[in-house]
Amino acid sequence: MKIKVGAFLGGLVFGIGLAVSGMTQPAKIVGFFDFGGSWDPSLGFVMAGALLVYAPVYRAVVKQWHRPIWASSFSLPTRKDIDWRLVSGSALFGVGWGLGGYCPGPAFTSVGARSHEALIFGAAMLVGVGAYQIFTRLREARIEETATRDTSPVIDG
Amino acid sequence: MDSFTPIASTLGGTLIGTAAAGLLMFHGRIAGISGIAGGIFRRQPGDVTWRIMFLAGLFMAGVLGSWFYPGAYRVEIDRTSLALIAAGLAVGIGTQLGSGCTSGHGVCGIGRFSKRSTVATVSFMATAAITVFIVNEILGGAV
Repeated sequence: MKIKVGAFLGGLVFGIGLAVSGMTQPAKIVGFFDFGGSWDPSLGFVMAGALLVYAPVYRAVVKQWHRPIWASSFSLPTRKDIDWRLVSGSALFGVGWGLGGYCPGPAFTSVGARSHEALIFGAAMLVGVGAYQIFTRLREARIEETATRDTSPVIDG
Repeated sequence: MDSFTPIASTLGGTLIGTAAAGLLMFHGRIAGISGIAGGIFRRQPGDVTWRIMFLAGLFMAGVLGSWFYPGAYRVEIDRTSLALIAAGLAVGIGTQLGSGCTSGHGVCGIGRFSKRSTVATVSFMATAAITVFIVNEILGGAV
């Protein structure tokens, strides 16, 4: 129960931060990337503010803690390789971010604020996320099935 | 430059960082919104509810935020529904393929000094800038 309440509060504070910072205003996002027009550096201050808190906490926690307060272990990314999926996926995300002015967090929270634009964007985003995940799961299941078949004993003659 | 908000943006950023730090300290999780959303569709037992609760918190922040300060959710860019749908699909698929978004790579990843996340952030920042250049300078600001 406390885990659910904790996750809810985390989302709530995160969402309030997004609104206070200006991340929920697509014009400010577009303004940050609009070097040819009237550049609005605000987004840089959002990232700096977030990193100012997060980076030292992360370092201290990972170095000194054996486990999180409400969970038995940390679930942290382990991959270190840079592959084409990382670069091309991120590139595609950037195109959508620049085009729509929303990244995933602001889109979710702006739907709660009954933004018509965020609702259209967010619905399409969820379709994209869901389609990718379901497709990936089906493909992984197929690979697994093929692998089991290949390792089954071969009977000659 | 009239819309530049250094104090509010830094303050909001520290709230985002605090929420992400809290999720790490209490749950041992990375606060990447696209990763949290994507995990719901993988339906791993015991790994779905917290994700839905986090997104519900985000949603509720919008409900409350729009009561107190609706101006925080102004759009003020000229986009057709078709452009918004294309943008949403690109963000949805792109973040899953690239394993993260602004929060997962840009804040948590860079905060962990991850090379992968730094490369991802440079990649999405670069294409966002190119896209805004094309939309604003070539297409006249409306798509």
